[in-house]
Amino acid sequence: MSKTYNLTTPLSVDDVTQLKAGDIVYLSGIIYTARDAAHKKLIDLLDAGEQLPFDIEGSVIYFVGPTPPKPGDPIGSAGPTTSYRMDSYSPRLINEKKLRGMIGKGKRNQAVIDACVQSKAIYFGATGGAGALLARQIKSAEVIAYPELGPEAIRRLEVVDFPLTVINDTYGQDLYQIGRAQYEVK
Amino acid sequence: MREIKYEDIVKSIRDCIIFSGTNLPKDAYAKMQEAHEKEKSPVAKEVLRQLLENADIAKNEDKPLCQDTGLAVFFVKVGEDLKILGGSLKQAINEGAELGYREGYFRASTCHWDTRANLKDEIGYNLPAVIHFDLVAGDELEIEYAAKGGGSENVSRATVLAPAAGRAGIVAFVKEVVSNAGPNPCPPLTVGVGIGGTFEKAAISSKHALFRELGSKNEDPVLDSMEQELKEELNKLGIGAMGMGGTQTVFGVHIEKNPCHIASLPVSVNVQCHSSRHTKIKF
Repeated sequence: MSKTYNLTTPLSVDDVTQLKAGDIVYLSGIIYTARDAAHKKLIDLLDAGEQLPFDIEGSVIYFVGPTPPKPGDPIGSAGPTTSYRMDSYSPRLINEKKLRGMIGKGKRNQAVIDACVQSKAIYFGATGGAGALLARQIKSAEVIAYPELGPEAIRRLEVVDFPLTVINDTYGQDLYQIGRAQYEVK
Repeated sequence: MREIKYEDIVKSIRDCIIFSGTNLPKDAYAKMQEAHEKEKSPVAKEVLRQLLENADIAKNEDKPLCQDTGLAVFFVKVGEDLKILGGSLKQAINEGAELGYREGYFRASTCHWDTRANLKDEIGYNLPAVIHFDLVAGDELEIEYAAKGGGSENVSRATVLAPAAGRAGIVAFVKEVVSNAGPNPCPPLTVGVGIGGTFEKAAISSKHALFRELGSKNEDPVLDSMEQELKEELNKLGIGAMGMGGTQTVFGVHIEKNPCHIASLPVSVNVQCHSSRHTKIKF
């Protein structure tokens, strides 16, 4: 039976190990945005042994490239992008830098699922295509790295009760497989 | 010879893009409500509730429904007896598209295939538009527009089957594409299927099939029965809204056909996410 949690970043190991695939989480605090291009730059920094532009330990990365904000708004529409494009980068951030959560939509590969088990991280799903609704839960946004990437720049977001569903938990479970098996008619 | 002013086309395209990106079309909204009512999974039902609320917020606050405001795709029917005053039709469409995306605060999503650098300064804001022209008799001008996002394009597939594969082979291919796509293209989906023609003709037909009104019936009785069969089969996959498991995986299946080469049976499947932003302008 799915449970509902209210969590605040940064997330601890205890915060994430209580979660199971299918649970609902309302997340508050600071999260960081990054898509393909920004991930590539983060990994290049890791390879060069240099400091990353934000403290990753315990943090949550949101895979999103928002629309430009209208005057007076902190951000434009901001729903998740498809996450598999980050599969080749996420395990290193989880295993080496203790990234504790990712927000996106769509399937992750086995390497990401394994890293979530090994180093205790969660892959959360947000509702794709609900960019206007999700933007309401973002109270401020500030570009902190790679402004030249435009919508793909790394932003520091302040979120309140950001609605999420646990897709991959720290026990190797996958909601996409569990949920589909439950409703598949053979 | 009928004449239409260049700037009238630019203005219409601009307005249509801004409206379309912020107002879920009535057919898609109705299908979303229907799916919300029918859905058995509580998780998927909540996703559909969020999507209906999202559509209301977008409409009331003039905000993009989705941050992926897509590449601008157009199907244009141009009458041979039509003259555009003050510029070319292609340029008018691109200019209107650029204005719509920029002034609607939509995202510029076109980039270089290799460097991945955004092309907004080099070519134009979210340009170039993808335009399919069709020259027809008379003096009409009809422009269909859709915002096509990346997530659902990424799972779309085309193939050329052996003629012996027939209807069963087509059904199997469509099922395979949607099954493999799973949660990635943001279901519930509209599934466009193009059959016949050449390799690229099938693909273009599968795209155009997505422009048909959701819930409308295919005029061809054979294709109509295939659409119903496929819808039932695809909903049995259990993928559900956003792939979290459920009974409502597709809003509809739309098929367009073309005559084939005697040696070939081309089939293309173009997947459309639940944010089915499409519209038609008649001048």
